[in-house]
Amino acid sequence: MQDRQFGFSTRAIHAGTPPDPVTGSRVTPIYQTAAFVFGSTEQAAELFQLRSYGHIYSRISNPTVAAFEERMASLEGGLGAIAFSSGLAAQLGVVLTLAQAGDHIVSSQNVYGGTVTQFSITVKRMGIETSFVPVDDFEAIRAAIRPNTKMLFAETIGNPSGALADVDRLAQIAHEAGIPLVVDNTFASPALYRPIEHGADVVVHSATKFISGHGTVIGGVAIESGAFPWHNGKFPLLSQPSPGYHNKVFTETFGEYAFLMRGRAEVLRDVGSQLSPMDAWLLLIGLETLDIRMKAHVENARKIAGFLLGRPEVEWVNAPAMGSIFTFGLRGGREAGRRFIDSLELWSHLANVGDTKSLVIHPASTTHSQLTDEEMEKAGVGAGMVRLSVGLEDADDLIWDLERALRAACPQPLEVSRA
Amino acid sequence: MIADTLAARRDLLERSKTVAMIGASANQLRPSYTVFSYLRTMTPFEVTPINPTLKEIDGVKAFPSLAAYAQERGAPDIVDVFRKPSEVLEVVREAIAAGAKCVWFQYGIINEEAIRTADEAGLAVVVDRCIKVEWARLSGGLSTSGLNSGLITSRRKAL
Repeated sequence: MQDRQFGFSTRAIHAGTPPDPVTGSRVTPIYQTAAFVFGSTEQAAELFQLRSYGHIYSRISNPTVAAFEERMASLEGGLGAIAFSSGLAAQLGVVLTLAQAGDHIVSSQNVYGGTVTQFSITVKRMGIETSFVPVDDFEAIRAAIRPNTKMLFAETIGNPSGALADVDRLAQIAHEAGIPLVVDNTFASPALYRPIEHGADVVVHSATKFISGHGTVIGGVAIESGAFPWHNGKFPLLSQPSPGYHNKVFTETFGEYAFLMRGRAEVLRDVGSQLSPMDAWLLLIGLETLDIRMKAHVENARKIAGFLLGRPEVEWVNAPAMGSIFTFGLRGGREAGRRFIDSLELWSHLANVGDTKSLVIHPASTTHSQLTDEEMEKAGVGAGMVRLSVGLEDADDLIWDLERALRAACPQPLEVSRA
Repeated sequence: MIADTLAARRDLLERSKTVAMIGASANQLRPSYTVFSYLRTMTPFEVTPINPTLKEIDGVKAFPSLAAYAQERGAPDIVDVFRKPSEVLEVVREAIAAGAKCVWFQYGIINEEAIRTADEAGLAVVVDRCIKVEWARLSGGLSTSGLNSGLITSRRKAL
């Protein structure tokens, strides 16, 4: 055994997956089983009392899923991780580990629409309120934190705005208030940015995106740093006897593992939003190439953004400061957007990001189609706004396709420029 | 020797057979009971409670002091300490007198004088670590719970 700090790609390929001790299988097997046989009644009791480590039932833990969790914890620099059935399930799992009815969350307003809906409707119906504030308005964030606030939430790279979170600053504000900073790192992935290194306490992902990398899986994961003082008096769910687990006090029995133990043994157990072994296996394979994929995504995105900046049909380009997902504005509004999408051959028109395949969506004709032009402007979604997730095809082929579609979408500006 | 690397803790755990646990509790909600029960049921260690207020825990005889333990069983390999930092210098002196090979201070138990005293007497010293977690890290237990063991290997583990 070597006390070596292995590099990112080595851990992306190896962490959590030593050879299978039973068969020698080098690839971690898909442990497709609902339950696990106990060694003895005494060992079963130890497992149920959370005094031992091992698998009971795949709703709580599973060897293939655990391998994925450990690999994610390693890549994000965390103490451990809990996988969930989706990114939104992971996010809800974090909320339910920390908060209950009567509590409060402060969230960046520059976040995924599904997160806004989850916090402002579903989580609110559970009695937990959320205040949304601009991610870069530190005074407003400070002012929004109340005595019953349990977490500050932000996305590393806002979807779809591209707004970058100043994680160091947000962590400082959260910690001054005695609360954790929870960061959604989906658009960056740990290959480009590791929030825990900048003071974040919990990191969540939609693993569906770059972690899978190939558009094969719906999955999510929450990683915890192990550095937050959960016994500071603000988190009774972790520091008071829990009726959900034999009156255990998680901070006392598990120390730095309190958050991860309660998140799994109570929240995941009771909510039942676990990741399947097959999906975990696909995510493990995806992670092996994360670093080289992200480098290639970023390189292709740079070329595509450069091409768009030089086109007369393009009104503006919100080129990415980090990552490979960005938006641009077409001249000609909603109609031009429709024609553009309908003219693409290679880019896939769908509602996802972070795939080897290049993806495109026109919010005005899809996700926001029920809104008027005025309502969309208010929501920060222009009628001509197009979101791209740049994949790993040859950049020349992607540019060829975009150029054809731009010509079809906007004949007008070209005629004007000729005149 | 301060065992502050994973390899050092692995070597220490592999060459140890007996653990005398100072401050082991019979209260199932206490961390010391959790660690005692884990070592007793899930590891090859012979673990013994050292606690003057108890006769036994789960059928394992308790000793009132390290001296009493050493008299009957000989020197313990590891003295695992669950006591307030202010009380552990005395524990270290007793461990040295009992011929212990290692003093293991559990989470949050940091007393520089006690650490130095044990180190200078030639004992192996582990500080601010949990013996249960370190055993679980090396034996694969942490990995089953999605916890970051920090271990990378392509060697096949013997069953």
